[in-house]
Amino acid sequence: MEFVAAYWPAISLTLLLSLVTTLVLIVVATPLAWWLARSRSPMAALVAALVTVPLVLPPTVIGFYFLIALGPNGPGGLLAGLWGGRTLAFSFPGLVMGSVVYSLPFMVGPARIGFAGVGRETMETAAGLGARPFIAFFTIAVPLARKGLMAGTILAFAHTVGEFGVVLMIGGNIAGKTKVLSIAIFDAVERLQWQDAHLLALGMVVFAFAVVAATSLIDRRAGEAVR
Amino acid sequence: MSCVMGFVRRVAILTVAGLVAFPAAAGEARVAVAANFTATAETLAAGFEAESGNTVSLSFGATGALYAQIAEGAPFDVFLAADTARPERAVAEGLAVKDSLFTYALGRLALYSTSLELADATAVLRDGDFTHIAIADPVTAPYGAAAMDALAGLGLKQALAGKLVTGTNVTQTLQFIKTGNAELGFVALSQVADAPAGDKWRVPENLYRPIRQGAVLTRQGAENPAALGFVDFLKSASARAIIAAAGYGTEG
Repeated sequence: MEFVAAYWPAISLTLLLSLVTTLVLIVVATPLAWWLARSRSPMAALVAALVTVPLVLPPTVIGFYFLIALGPNGPGGLLAGLWGGRTLAFSFPGLVMGSVVYSLPFMVGPARIGFAGVGRETMETAAGLGARPFIAFFTIAVPLARKGLMAGTILAFAHTVGEFGVVLMIGGNIAGKTKVLSIAIFDAVERLQWQDAHLLALGMVVFAFAVVAATSLIDRRAGEAVR
Repeated sequence: MSCVMGFVRRVAILTVAGLVAFPAAAGEARVAVAANFTATAETLAAGFEAESGNTVSLSFGATGALYAQIAEGAPFDVFLAADTARPERAVAEGLAVKDSLFTYALGRLALYSTSLELADATAVLRDGDFTHIAIADPVTAPYGAAAMDALAGLGLKQALAGKLVTGTNVTQTLQFIKTGNAELGFVALSQVADAPAGDKWRVPENLYRPIRQGAVLTRQGAENPAALGFVDFLKSASARAIIAAAGYGTEG
């Protein structure tokens, strides 16, 4: 119990960061995935590549760019200036921005595959029957693509929980503000508090397993429902 | 034709003579170096190579990480740590040679800023007219512990607690300052040796416990003549001059 109390700030911060990041990604990534799934322009291929790039970049590259972009000489500093700050590094909004970019491919990828499965004829039929595109999107495309959308949402959340390198580089390790669970584990290992590290690490393993298991269960259920 | 043969013969004789004259010339010392000492170690290695004909291969990292690697059997002959705790532990664990432990450099703490004028640094700290002050992790990084000592000595530990941001080591701390995300912070003086005088403040040594950077020969290093030579070189007057010029103190 004492253990949970000691690490509760890190645990709750991690959950909050993952929740906010996932909500932002649902809003940003869903229309993006829809466009990527439908568009045939070469522009879409380029955007798709750009969105996928964080998947293969080392977190140090993203962290390094964010460290500069969030600072007083970058757009982050300009934005922070609106409320009298000078940098978005070491802050919750800064972590959210980094996490959104870092987890973007995990949301867009599955969502795009989900939308790609929605036939062009289906949407054309809906339009022919008088459904406005916006309504058709929510009543037809989203339910048909729910498998991909749900998988994307879960993966984006889980991937943000597991984020380490980007937060390490832009967070500044402030307890209750930017010290997330993965950083707390890193600290515990560095401090040779290996019992704490073991417990936290085990928690992460259980969580990761539950997420992956849940995703594959959803996969099967959705498969049965379609049948 | 005879001219060419004469040349070949002369080269052959010189080569053989060279091998006989310098039998130890092919040695290599493998050195694990604490991150804060990176640039200085490179200068020292170049000096030693020129003087001895041996080669030095340097590996850089955080002292704790390097220690863990040595404990797992990493192929290092010499360990240049950022503290004496890890070399002492290496000796205690039987990983290093007991009598070889010595302090090769005394770390100097500096306050550094790219945006604030630090001519009167204590006033800047006292006014607290900044949002973030960066330090290295006070538990694992010696320069972070020294920074906390200094803040406590100035009576500002409580007042500035809410503005502290922590880098995992002194190198990351410098990143936070260089990118302007933190207005100022405590780093190693050697890291900011080239910075203009107004951008840095050498923290008085009575404000923090000495940062003794310990060197030790590992067990495998004890049998490597090149490694023994490198350790001797570290204690020489010319090496100490290089270390002092880089912003470190030396002992004795």
